[in-house]
Amino acid sequence: MRELKKNHLVKTIFIYLILGLGAIWMILPFLWMFLSSFKDQNSIFTYPPQWLPTVWHFENYLNVWKVVPMGRWFLNSIIVASLATFGNIFGSSLAAYAFAKIKFAGNKPLFLILLGTMMVPYQVIVIPMFLLMKHLGWVNTLKPLFIPYFTGSAFGIFLLRQFIIQLPDELFDAAKIDGAGDGIIFSKIVFPLIKPALSTLGLFTFIGSWNDLFNPLIYLYDKDKYTIALGLTYFQGQYSGSWHYLMTGSVIAVLPIVIVFFFTQKYFIKGIKLSGIKF
Amino acid sequence: MISIDLRGWKRAFLFLLPYLIGLFVFILGPFLASFIISFEKWDLFTPPSFVGFLNYTRLIHDPLFWKSLLNTFYFAFTAVPGGIAIALFFAILMNNNLRGIKFFRALYFMPVFTPMIAVAMVWNWLYEPQYGLINTLLSYIGINGPDWLGSEKWAMLSIVIMSIWKGFGYSMIIYLAALQDIPQAYYEVADIEGATPIQKFTHVTFPLLTPITFFLVVMNIITSMQVFDQMYVMTRGGPNDATLTVVYYLYKNGFVYFKMGYASSIAWALFFITFIFTLIQLKLQKKWVLTNERT
Repeated sequence: MRELKKNHLVKTIFIYLILGLGAIWMILPFLWMFLSSFKDQNSIFTYPPQWLPTVWHFENYLNVWKVVPMGRWFLNSIIVASLATFGNIFGSSLAAYAFAKIKFAGNKPLFLILLGTMMVPYQVIVIPMFLLMKHLGWVNTLKPLFIPYFTGSAFGIFLLRQFIIQLPDELFDAAKIDGAGDGIIFSKIVFPLIKPALSTLGLFTFIGSWNDLFNPLIYLYDKDKYTIALGLTYFQGQYSGSWHYLMTGSVIAVLPIVIVFFFTQKYFIKGIKLSGIKF
Repeated sequence: MISIDLRGWKRAFLFLLPYLIGLFVFILGPFLASFIISFEKWDLFTPPSFVGFLNYTRLIHDPLFWKSLLNTFYFAFTAVPGGIAIALFFAILMNNNLRGIKFFRALYFMPVFTPMIAVAMVWNWLYEPQYGLINTLLSYIGINGPDWLGSEKWAMLSIVIMSIWKGFGYSMIIYLAALQDIPQAYYEVADIEGATPIQKFTHVTFPLLTPITFFLVVMNIITSMQVFDQMYVMTRGGPNDATLTVVYYLYKNGFVYFKMGYASSIAWALFFITFIFTLIQLKLQKKWVLTNERT
């Protein structure tokens, strides 16, 4: 028995050791980003590199807003990501309800088409999308970055349908007997009940939109219209070698996501399990 | 019968309307248009002209396209197995009821959701040949580190290492979920039979995870076929096109040189490749269902 306990202890220590080493590997780039963001040009280029800044240059965080329109980019990202999130929840939840609870001719085939569209890489359709947006006069505006979300996304509809389909039919029958139409059922019963799934979808959409580089890159030309992701690449081109500024910019882009992530990670994990395994 | 169908649509129509608009305007329309444009020559300034298979024959004889395809495969077939192996390793370690596991899980998982641009930028700084942290640490153990992102030989591998670091948390979460589904009884039987931990892994854990592993491999390879962001941020496709990927080449042709037709033919080549992997996945999925029934 004591032997077993000792074995268990050795195993536990071993696991913590490996996980700890892994944790260092995971945290190091973030730590380096954070520490470098407080240095100045001189202490960036010292050999060997110093871990801690000799003088903490907090003013980097003020300067960075002055040398590039970081505030504008940040705001643009917030606008785009919020509208994309709202739009995706709107479009996806409506369609998901129809797919899950309304019997209409072609429900199954239409859903199969939806699943099929998930297999088409975005880049395959990006050129006509760009031409369409150009035709609409939406190029060099933020519109192409959020308006398509209002029609829902295949992933979103798929995810929400899984949830709605599990809601018991008795609930709907009872509401119908009370004279509620689909509009009432959807807004008063379904919508509140699938809030956890909506949170998951909302977070995925917000973060996906915040991190998106490809779309801002092809649609936005004016510096003032950039999102933070695109802005950072511009910044990179203008201030290459000024690692302290680049790291300051990176911290600004990463921080909102890290904060949101730590408070909401259970929704992320739920979303990954659902979308990953049930595909 | 028909009246019932119509009633269904009357109820469903408004709910489906946004999606149907999106389906036709933002998905099926562009999908069809992309196919048509791939048979045209179009620079946006003059009207498009039909050129038949010219874009495709050019594509087949374009060494840069083949290079981008090869680079993409190199990326996919190193980053994906590497990431999955590391994900499995850590998932098994985390599948223990120890204090603080949730903290480690969150930490490993975090880079998956942080913006690629910021993460790639700090790795650029880590990879900096003279003052970067990686070469400094290597010099402590007597290794003269290479110019990671600046040399044709190392650039792609550097991006692969960064991408594994950023992405493995996703597979790890899926593995963790799968590990928690394995009935404890299997391990109890293995204990009675006197199996070593390694035997338990090779004879119980790994076989039971095979379907998930296949799923993750194919899924990740499909997404890796579309890799772009990290190349754009870290190397701009260089040096000497050593990290030019298919999507990067598509981007350059479409949005830098404005060759809409040629870019569309690259898009369809990408679709074709993705389609093949998707078929493989569908085949494997069927197998996977069977294994589930058997166990």
